Amino acid sequence: MLVHIDQEKCCGAGSCVLAAPEVFDQRDEDGIVVLLDAEPPADSHQAVRDAAAVCPAAAIRLEQA
Amino acid sequence: MSAPRAVAVVGAGAAGLHTAEALRRAGYDGRLTLIGAEDEPPYDRPPLSKHLLGGQWPPERLALRGPQALDELDLDLRLGVRAERLDRRERAVQLSDGGQVRCEAVVLATGVRPRRLPGAEAPTAGAHVLRTLADALALRAELQAGARLLVVGGGLLGAEAAATAVGLGAEVTWLVSTATPLAGVLGAETAALLTDLHREHGVRIRRGVATEVLRHRGRATGVRLTDGTELAADVVLMAIGSVPDTDWLAGSGVRLDDGVVCDAHCAAGPGIWAAGDAAAWPDPRTGRLRRLEQRTNATEQALCVARNLLAGPDGARQAYEPVPYLWTDQYGLRIQAFGSPGGADRFEPVDGSVAERRYAAACVRDGLVRGAVGIASARALRQLRAQVAAHAPWQGAPA
Repeated sequence: MLVHIDQEKCCGAGSCVLAAPEVFDQRDEDGIVVLLDAEPPADSHQAVRDAAAVCPAAAIRLEQA
Repeated sequence: MSAPRAVAVVGAGAAGLHTAEALRRAGYDGRLTLIGAEDEPPYDRPPLSKHLLGGQWPPERLALRGPQALDELDLDLRLGVRAERLDRRERAVQLSDGGQVRCEAVVLATGVRPRRLPGAEAPTAGAHVLRTLADALALRAELQAGARLLVVGGGLLGAEAAATAVGLGAEVTWLVSTATPLAGVLGAETAALLTDLHREHGVRIRRGVATEVLRHRGRATGVRLTDGTELAADVVLMAIGSVPDTDWLAGSGVRLDDGVVCDAHCAAGPGIWAAGDAAAWPDPRTGRLRRLEQRTNATEQALCVARNLLAGPDGARQAYEPVPYLWTDQYGLRIQAFGSPGGADRFEPVDGSVAERRYAAACVRDGLVRGAVGIASARALRQLRAQVAAHAPWQGAPA
């Protein structure tokens, strides 16, 4: 799985960090998403899919590698 | 009862799309109809008053899902079609194109429509609302440099539109009915800061005024206030709130009371569900019905509806207990809030300060953390979220 983020679309809700903290973080100054792991291990795929689904700005796109 | 074999989702905004997507993600493989009154595939509304109105983003950028992702949902997608009637017993939705959709479960996600000023009930050139992509494009076309814009309404939409318009070179006057716009939403401290920001950028704010009527002669010429004052403008934006788009449900037997009345699981009757701006459900703490016109609510409520819909009547349904979140971008600053920062009796910064225009603060009422609000301090703000969710007693800022 490949994770793509769009920092310009991100609204800083932090929903992704709550769902998958090992893959997503937020910049402190504006809450914009930071990708910690663009190719997360299989055991976190479900959490990453949840994060993409709850993102209120459609800023996370997943690609099956 | 097993999972339904046909689901209709009425409303193709964020709530409708996320409901459909969550149903598929959970393995639902029956017929799935998504009905949208607008011609565009599901798009995101928050950028309308910001990046789209400001001209930084083209309309395509607002699409919530690309064509391929939409295809993969295998939807019976009906766009440019309004739902006109719900037959509750037959579970049939009558459409404006003469069609009918029968289903076993229906999700009501038609959202809200903007209120209009007296005198502007009929479409009037120069008088705008801002809810749809078409609305935003029409307004943008009139905001040339030097255009005199009156923004009526002291909510977040009015604030964002005023900020964007002044950035485009318009002469902006913002009419608000309260002493400090947005104090009820963001809390007094943040609202005061925001008011300062608008002034610094050249927005004229008239506070404590009530707008009586739109004035027009062929096209809008301004407004009249209830005290008789007449204000002239080239363009008027009515940002005076919204009403749930539920007229089509009148007589259907679905209970309406400022929205579709749901139970704690977002069910509005057997096989009937509601999500998004138009859904009203009982707050678990107070039992009072509440409705949230917030982008994150549209997503989270949609996920809850999809889960409960598939659980069946005897399954384990989950109560909907969101932690409200909102954000607004104005003048390059992002303001974020959890819960209810308005109405707090104490404002307790845990990071930064109002003077620095960078902070995260707990908003405390009766000793309990009821909200949190922040600017440019996302981490500290997020750490307050759990306290907001729990209405935790305020223990003081961490050392």
